[in-house]
Amino acid sequence: MNVVYILLPVALLIAVGYLILFIISVRKGQYDDTTTPAVRMLFDDDEKKKQDDSEQE
Amino acid sequence: MECTHCGLPVPAALVEPEADEQFCCNGCRTVYRVIQGYGLDRFYDLKDVSDARQAARTTDRQYREYDDPKFSELYVRPAGSGLRSVELYLEGVHCAACVWLVEKTPVLLEGVHEVRLDLGKSMARVTWDPARVNLSAVARSLDSLGYPAHPFRGVRVRDMRRKEDRALLIRIGVAGFCAGNIMLISFALYGGMFHGISDEFRNLFHWASLTISLPAVLWCAGLFYRSAWGAVRARTTHMDIPISLGILTGFLWGVFSTVTGRGEVYYDSVTLLIFLLLAGRWVQRNQQRRAADASELLYSLAPTSARLVVDGQVHESPLEAVLPGATVEVRAGDSVPVDGVVLEGNSSLNVALLSGESRPVEVQRSDRVFAGTENLASRLLVEVTGTGEDTRVGRLMKLVEEAGRRKAPVIRLADRISGWFVSTVLLLAAGTALVWWWIDPGLAVEHAVALLVVTCPCALGLATPLAVSAAIGKAARLGILIKGGDVLERLARPGRIVLDKTGTLTEGKSRLVQWIGDETVRADLAALERHSAHPVARAFVEGVEPSEEQPNAILEDARGGGIRGTVDGRHVVAGSPGYMRSRNASFPAWAEAALQEVTTAGLTPVLVSRGEEVLALAGIGDPVRQDSRSTLRRIGEAGWQVEVLSGDYPAVVHAVAADLGIDPARAHGGRQPEEKLDYIISAVAADEHAVVMVGDGINDAAALSAASVGVGVHGGAEAALSAADVFLTREGLSPVAELLDGARRTFKVIRLNLIFSLLYNLIGAVLAIAGRIDPLAAAILMPVSSLTVITLSYRANTFRRSRNR
Repeated sequence: MNVVYILLPVALLIAVGYLILFIISVRKGQYDDTTTPAVRMLFDDDEKKKQDDSEQE
Repeated sequence: MECTHCGLPVPAALVEPEADEQFCCNGCRTVYRVIQGYGLDRFYDLKDVSDARQAARTTDRQYREYDDPKFSELYVRPAGSGLRSVELYLEGVHCAACVWLVEKTPVLLEGVHEVRLDLGKSMARVTWDPARVNLSAVARSLDSLGYPAHPFRGVRVRDMRRKEDRALLIRIGVAGFCAGNIMLISFALYGGMFHGISDEFRNLFHWASLTISLPAVLWCAGLFYRSAWGAVRARTTHMDIPISLGILTGFLWGVFSTVTGRGEVYYDSVTLLIFLLLAGRWVQRNQQRRAADASELLYSLAPTSARLVVDGQVHESPLEAVLPGATVEVRAGDSVPVDGVVLEGNSSLNVALLSGESRPVEVQRSDRVFAGTENLASRLLVEVTGTGEDTRVGRLMKLVEEAGRRKAPVIRLADRISGWFVSTVLLLAAGTALVWWWIDPGLAVEHAVALLVVTCPCALGLATPLAVSAAIGKAARLGILIKGGDVLERLARPGRIVLDKTGTLTEGKSRLVQWIGDETVRADLAALERHSAHPVARAFVEGVEPSEEQPNAILEDARGGGIRGTVDGRHVVAGSPGYMRSRNASFPAWAEAALQEVTTAGLTPVLVSRGEEVLALAGIGDPVRQDSRSTLRRIGEAGWQVEVLSGDYPAVVHAVAADLGIDPARAHGGRQPEEKLDYIISAVAADEHAVVMVGDGINDAAALSAASVGVGVHGGAEAALSAADVFLTREGLSPVAELLDGARRTFKVIRLNLIFSLLYNLIGAVLAIAGRIDPLAAAILMPVSSLTVITLSYRANTFRRSRNR
């Protein structure tokens, strides 16, 4: 059971890391607009694929 | 045949048999050419065919005012390394392909760095290099793609809100982090409850939970403490008081147990409670924000520029740069941007939005004109006497602000309950402590604390926000945008509903309502009126089905209240009674009688003659909306008292009221905006029931904001819509009835939610008094009660489209 003394802080440390990432992403405005990015990333991918295709040809 | 650009059907007259491409309108043709010209035709692959179809609209605006230093000062911000950025509201944005096309603007114009479009809000952020391209050129190319641009006025307010939103989101994140991690640790503790746990690990887990709960209890829940403290100081009750009480008792008892090493801890329940309540607030805020955003964007559509005349040259200039004494040009179809005096030109103005008068007003040299009216007929030159806040509209908007500030806040049902809730819970806790003191003094405090924690009103706190935000979301899908949650509670019980006439009960446009006499001159007159831009002329043209062959009409004169000309060689004269008399037309007896009839019906009479004798009489008026009658009946049946309050002539108002079956004693005409405001203020003061004002014009705006609930109807003035608590994006009056019905049903849901959450609290309280509550039971009861409330709120069928159309 003594392994808990290591496990607990390590688990918390990882969780805090994700919390910090979340706070950074909120501050950067990732959650300001939740509709458009879902649409926009579709276009970008499509175009890249098109370019890749033409490069292969 | 479908339009190549937008997919709407092409009118038969515009079909080109030879061409591959077909267009429903000129806007679509222009946009199609631009898109093809830049090789952006991938737009059509991306366009989802099932998407809402919308014809493209372009304007011939030059957007010169966008290059003015005053404009930059107001709207443009530096974006680093010599770049500038501006937020523009774009008309016509409706689908995913629009995002692609708008963001391709840098392809069209060199020097445009980036364009980012927010699809939900139709807002584009343009970043460009002022050394290489002018902003007016950017706006012109957006326009040429079918997205006319408007500068966004509320940048500062929006930035502030964005900051608040982000702060709340971080709070939710932190609270969720704390709740989640404590829950993991609590599983170990629950396991220990059943299978035993050594004191060493129990203490470790307690201390770990205590540490993790600190940010949630001390920082995240700060919102609740602050509003609870505010309510205590103001000696009112508020839902946040029992919430704060529950959180703090649970936490402090946990600290006590942890430090002394004996007793129960409730960190898991307390942090989960904080997380759920914050999330509930977020949901509600987002729903209300949507309506507020939409009304602010409408405000951006109001004119921001004027056509300034300097040395005979016309420049587009930002409104803020126009000073009294300057001369501005107002073209036909434009709205008048300033208060002023006419220097040159004759025209008629639509003043319905400003004063409620349905008949167009004729203006000529040295007449006063006001901002917010619409120039209908021909070009005017106006000398500016006032702009911005110094206009009639500006002064009315000040009244709106004051009226809004004076409005008393509604005390919500949940807050009223919370008053006796707190006292009951405290009494019960004291009772529990006393009883257990007598049974087992060691357990007395512990059971009392358990009661306080388990009755902490999580579901009660969520009951109203969730029911309201679910209802607001459903209403928005019906074109009813609700800005505040308390609106629904105010509308729950019937009271008085006061409606404006022009533009609310009626369509707000001149139309041909009545035609008495010879039908054959009707087509001739329409052919003649086609050549005139006068609003009455338009009513005639719209009132006649276009025929296959257009007769050959020659307009001779259209001045002084009438029109004359020849149609296929027949001489036709039409005009007001005075005009006809001055032209010596002969009035048969039936015409005199008909004239009397039309005038009493509140219509504007137009006499038509061929040669000398009057053959027909037309009544031009503002017809009642199709759904007004059925809507008023539904509202009346629901128990509301219907009244009419209008700025139009009393005779016209009474005629409309009689037509709609409204008691003439409750139809008031000839009211100035200030009088409307006073009427509403005294109605609100006199009556404990809700006083609802429904209107569309600037003249209604102050009354809208003073009423218990102000409803702005579709097509109204931007000022009126932003003053209203609710505004409609759907044509007609039936959404008003849907709103009242929906509010009543929403209130039922709120009540049901409150009953269920109180029931859970009752169960919890009984268990606590019996000494049967432990942290595990508390941790199960709370989410189950919240889940019930969530399900009830989102399953409820609150807003429905009315069937009778």
